[in-house]
Amino acid sequence: MDIKETLSTSLKSLSLNKVRSFLTMLGVVIGVFAVISLVSLVEGVQNYVEEQFEDLGSNLIFVASGNVGYQGGRPGQNLSSSNLKEKHIDLIESEAEDYIEYVTPTIQTLKTVKYKTNNYYSAVIGVSYNADKIFAIYPKEGRFFNRLEQNNSSKVVIIGNVLYSKLFGNENPIKKSVKIDGHSYEVIGFLEKKNPDYDESLIIPYTTLRDDFEGTTIISIVSKARAKVSLDEASERVRLALYKDLNDDEFTVLTQDDILDSIDSILGILTIALAAIAGISLLVGGIGIMNIMLVSVTERTKEIGLRKALGATSRDIKRQFMIEAVLISASGGLVGLFLGWLTTVLIRDLINASVPFWAIPLSLGFSIVVGVVFGTYPAAKASEKDPIEALRYE
Amino acid sequence: MIPVLEAKNLCKNYDIGGVSIKAVCNVNLIINKGDFVAITGKSGSGKSTLMHMLGLLDTPSNGELILNGKNTKGMNEKELAQVRNKEIGFVFQSFNLLQRTTVLENVMLPLIYSTIPNEEHEKIALNVIKQVGLDHRLKNKSNELSGGERQRVAIARALVNSPSLILADEPTGNLDSKTGDEIEKMLVELNKKGITIILVTHDNDLAQITKKQIVLRDGEIVDGY
Repeated sequence: MDIKETLSTSLKSLSLNKVRSFLTMLGVVIGVFAVISLVSLVEGVQNYVEEQFEDLGSNLIFVASGNVGYQGGRPGQNLSSSNLKEKHIDLIESEAEDYIEYVTPTIQTLKTVKYKTNNYYSAVIGVSYNADKIFAIYPKEGRFFNRLEQNNSSKVVIIGNVLYSKLFGNENPIKKSVKIDGHSYEVIGFLEKKNPDYDESLIIPYTTLRDDFEGTTIISIVSKARAKVSLDEASERVRLALYKDLNDDEFTVLTQDDILDSIDSILGILTIALAAIAGISLLVGGIGIMNIMLVSVTERTKEIGLRKALGATSRDIKRQFMIEAVLISASGGLVGLFLGWLTTVLIRDLINASVPFWAIPLSLGFSIVVGVVFGTYPAAKASEKDPIEALRYE
Repeated sequence: MIPVLEAKNLCKNYDIGGVSIKAVCNVNLIINKGDFVAITGKSGSGKSTLMHMLGLLDTPSNGELILNGKNTKGMNEKELAQVRNKEIGFVFQSFNLLQRTTVLENVMLPLIYSTIPNEEHEKIALNVIKQVGLDHRLKNKSNELSGGERQRVAIARALVNSPSLILADEPTGNLDSKTGDEIEKMLVELNKKGITIILVTHDNDLAQITKKQIVLRDGEIVDGY
């Protein structure tokens, strides 16, 4: 029997029990669907993080307190203590002037902001007057605060796009007054919708935040390298500048590439872990296929005896049952792949998920391997049947 | 003329619990083209064992079996399967049709293991189905047929590869007397057309439709050859 006939015979056998064939492949469907969905989700997270960094530009240098990798979350988390002081900003500006164009500290705290009867618990971020150029956060309307306002610790605020809608509705917020933890601030601008880091936050001069709210510390200092300057050289100059006042274990200098590499590494491990966990359901699916195929072999004992009597060899029988198992698992893989892709399309509005190309052949290939591995034993059992005994079977 | 089938000192022993039991012993047979032979005997006489050996489903413990001049001794599984497919057509007592499969597909079954090109299978199958008078039931599934119709499908399946020999094991055993008579008539007609048939049965009345009867007792031929 040639391969085309074997395929046709196997398809016919599976179609005689459509419900059973479908239920048998469910394990593989779920396994592949889980692998594709989870891997796409992680890919989406990776895309999102990279997009956020791309928006910032690729020439930023982050200085964090302590001897750490990327802390996770936004630079400038409010920790109870920090080695970074305002003098370190001056050090970087003076010692690395040829390499660094702008420098800002980032300080952050959480406060209640009120306007009329509306109030929200929001992040208040303290930065320098040139932070708009560093983080590319340009007001949609109004302006960013200036050097004089920073030096005077002026009570001025720029509001994130989403927070402005919540506080002001359709009212124009420019020149209005909001209260942040009891202190009155004049709204001088609001941002265009950008990302969650700023959309629901308030931005004020770091000097104002330092003066108005006790216990805040500089968590990170962010520098923007000059154009056409090597980022590695610039970060080294920042490091050398800080060595004048700090020890090696009191600060860490990271570029965006360093941070992205760490994130990629973490996400890579997460991808493998999730895929392995989802792969367990593929294994269970394979066991299900083997189970049902064994039942099928027993049910079709007489048929096997008949085929052998009519000229089928053990090899023909083995191939037929093996192909049936592979058809079930491969079909399950295709359905799972489709469902995984569909899920990715449906959640694309929430997160820029995409099915990585490598996941397609890997999951299909793996589902075929599952069919081969778990179909081998039942196929062998079928091929070993003695035709005389099989024909007598009731 | 070469005999269709020649059995020389055919023996089959079984080892059960360390004891060797002779199921068939020293059977010598010559079946020529156009013969219509019945192998009869009581239950336990060795009819089924002999039929299995003649049909190449079982390997003799001793002796030789020559089918259309080909000695089957020493043939491997693949060679035996090929000879079975080409030279022997089986008709079973319980029909042994594939369930939920059409008449056409059942009759085509031996062809998929043959060397005949796939595109000719349907044409050949339609021809034999017409011979047994079931061309109006082509698309019916086997479970939709009566007992007599099922046996006719089985006979068509046995004829589809134009075998040298038809081996029929109690072909009317599962049929009522009227339907059984119809099948008997069909077998007689087929033999008149030159088809060689070996009938295995314990029914002496059925055996009488054949031209020669061989009686087995305790695994040996006691009458007929």
